[in-house]
Amino acid sequence: MLAHFSNIITVFLMVAGLFIIIARGNLIKKLIGLSLFQTSVYLLYITPGKLIGGTAPIISPQYTVYSNPLPHVLILTAIVVGVATLALGLALAVRIREAYGSIEEDEILERDHGVEAEEAKEARS
Amino acid sequence: MRNDLVLRVVGRLMIPSILIFALYVQFHGDFGPGGGFQAGVIVAAGIVFYALIYGVTATRRLVPDCVVETMVASGVLIYAGVGLAGLLLGGHYLDYSVLGHDPVHGQHRGIFWVEVGVATTVCGVMLKIFYMFTSRGNSED
Amino acid sequence: MSLAQHLPALQVVLPLISAPLAVLSRRAGLAFLIVTAAAWTAFAIAIALWLQVDLSGPVSYPIGNWEPPWGIEYRLDRLNSFMLVLVSGMAAVVLPYSRASIEREIPQESHYLFYAMLGLCLTGLLGMSITGDAFNLFVFLEISSLSTYVLIAMGRDRRALTAAYQYLIMGSIGATFIVIGIGFLYLMTGTLNLADMVDRVARIENSRPGLAALAFITVGVSLKVALAPLHQWLPNAYTYAPSSVSAFLAATATKVALYALIRFYFTVFGDAFLFEKLPLPKMMLVLSLFAMFFANFIAIFQDNLKRLFAYSSIGQIGYITLGLSFDSIDGVAASIMHLFNHGVAKGAIFLLVGAIVARLTTRQSAPPAPGFDRIAGLARSMPWTCFGIVIGGLSLIGVPGTAGFISKWYLVLAAVDKGQWWLVGAILFSSLLAVAYVWRFVEAAYFRAPPAGREAFGEASLSLLIPAWLLVGATVWFGIDTSFTVGSAIEAAQQLVHNHK
Repeated sequence: MLAHFSNIITVFLMVAGLFIIIARGNLIKKLIGLSLFQTSVYLLYITPGKLIGGTAPIISPQYTVYSNPLPHVLILTAIVVGVATLALGLALAVRIREAYGSIEEDEILERDHGVEAEEAKEARS
Repeated sequence: MRNDLVLRVVGRLMIPSILIFALYVQFHGDFGPGGGFQAGVIVAAGIVFYALIYGVTATRRLVPDCVVETMVASGVLIYAGVGLAGLLLGGHYLDYSVLGHDPVHGQHRGIFWVEVGVATTVCGVMLKIFYMFTSRGNSED
Repeated sequence: MSLAQHLPALQVVLPLISAPLAVLSRRAGLAFLIVTAAAWTAFAIAIALWLQVDLSGPVSYPIGNWEPPWGIEYRLDRLNSFMLVLVSGMAAVVLPYSRASIEREIPQESHYLFYAMLGLCLTGLLGMSITGDAFNLFVFLEISSLSTYVLIAMGRDRRALTAAYQYLIMGSIGATFIVIGIGFLYLMTGTLNLADMVDRVARIENSRPGLAALAFITVGVSLKVALAPLHQWLPNAYTYAPSSVSAFLAATATKVALYALIRFYFTVFGDAFLFEKLPLPKMMLVLSLFAMFFANFIAIFQDNLKRLFAYSSIGQIGYITLGLSFDSIDGVAASIMHLFNHGVAKGAIFLLVGAIVARLTTRQSAPPAPGFDRIAGLARSMPWTCFGIVIGGLSLIGVPGTAGFISKWYLVLAAVDKGQWWLVGAILFSSLLAVAYVWRFVEAAYFRAPPAGREAFGEASLSLLIPAWLLVGATVWFGIDTSFTVGSAIEAAQQLVHNHK
């Protein structure tokens, strides 16, 4: 159980994030879920890269065991991507609120349906 | 909040040291933890701190939008420029080894300039995001 | 070293540089010139690379002179050199079109940002096609996706915002699934280089992480491909995006994602494992049929032209995955051909629909939805535009003389080759559904009287018509002279399919 501790945390975060994205209708909460989901992937990559007793991978005669630096570099990139996604998502949420006056998904859909019905009426008349 | 004495004094003390620390993180990144990403964010944090005390309008006078946009773009150009320099000097794209008189020196020089580019873009993007969100809705002055 | 050697790097770097330069220029005209020049150069480079691969086989380029498998490698073979031609060619056509097209769709002051984003999107798509590194593929995927979200949100209708948001959520889930899959592969094989992975994956593919990686990558890429039933984001995104963006995305974005699917299935995992030991062919067959019938059927009942053709895109993706599920040289070749032919035809259609929208737009109002009532009798005032859409529609149906016929013909051959005659019937019957929705357009545009109150307007401006008709011409050209498409596709399929029986 303890040996798989990091994996359990990873899977928990992953599922929790996905659940929030699916179950919540609030646009900001969805983004929080998305961030959690992406964070779980950071853990998935980082934790196997660490060797217990390993040091930073700068070659030196004193050390023989090194941690794997590659996952860190990859995840640095993934974090940047995650930040960019989050910023863009929030910016969209702000503009959606300006355009619709709401950030609840069901209310937005309702307002769109109103518009579509009007458009159809307009086209018919 | 610009009339709050405590904030003003703390700000005067903190902001220069934040910027100096950012430079340390930037240039020490070659030998230890640190680098362009962190330095860029720290510089941006210093400027955001300034905005919290003196207001966004004052900050926009200090660091105008066009400067921020230029930073975003020029960082990418610096990075791509380093890559193309490697290409023009007879190596492959992003080959740092040909940038100096010997490969080690070249690698050092290459990563230095790439980190400068990264710091510029990251700082610019952070400020751009900050400006974008603060300029929406009710402006405070 | 000669410049020719560096073409793989320049292919991606030039569009990348064009984006910040466009931002720095801060003027719509200058930004347009920079990005268009980059796209045309990229097109020229893509053709040069295709010829290079044609002459001397696969090309490998080590970024930063770090030899593969340690460094990032750009690797070109028959399949992705073909993809590069499609993507950069579409960009080269769409960019001149967008100059006139975005005039009324996007506020003047953000035109330069539009071009910068288009440049970035092109960079991402080209990078995805050219890279030989799994994680690099993800990074380029995200570059193209993020810029795509911005481009969609630039549409004038407020529903563009919700469409972009929805796509952002779905696209990010898809991309994250892909990283999880790549992560499992990396943990199991210790390499990120796709070519290096091949042998190592063969050793672990039956293990549970190997299968999990396959599942995650399949679902993630399918989200990006918009393979039914994961297509929810696509109709709104295509409908409310600016016209030139709809055309560019329809022609390239899903196609490059399909390329990634082919790459992972046939190169990394290998078809011998995927299609023999797993129930994958059956699943793909069912999903493809679902897409072909369900999406084409839904398309018939759409009232908005853009949305109609968006659903038709989902249906056409079904044909492409159907070809893959055969796992024969003919089938995979048909998929690759259809990827190209459908991209060109759908690009042409969206460009022409965009021309209609531009004509219907008055200076004050937001662009109206191109509904069937609004386009009634349009062929009298815009004959070239409507005729172009009809030719594109014929290609979607698969009428001989158009590009769509060639790929469907190979698809039918592959089905016959497998002895599955009922599939031939299915392909023909789903094409009849395409006839139905194309006919709806023909009926409205050619046989209905124009609405009484509509003011008369003329043909679309030449700056919109010429790029669109280039693609219409290409649709006909590749229906007659098939040496480029069929030749490339069959050779690519021969490199990919190892399951000779």
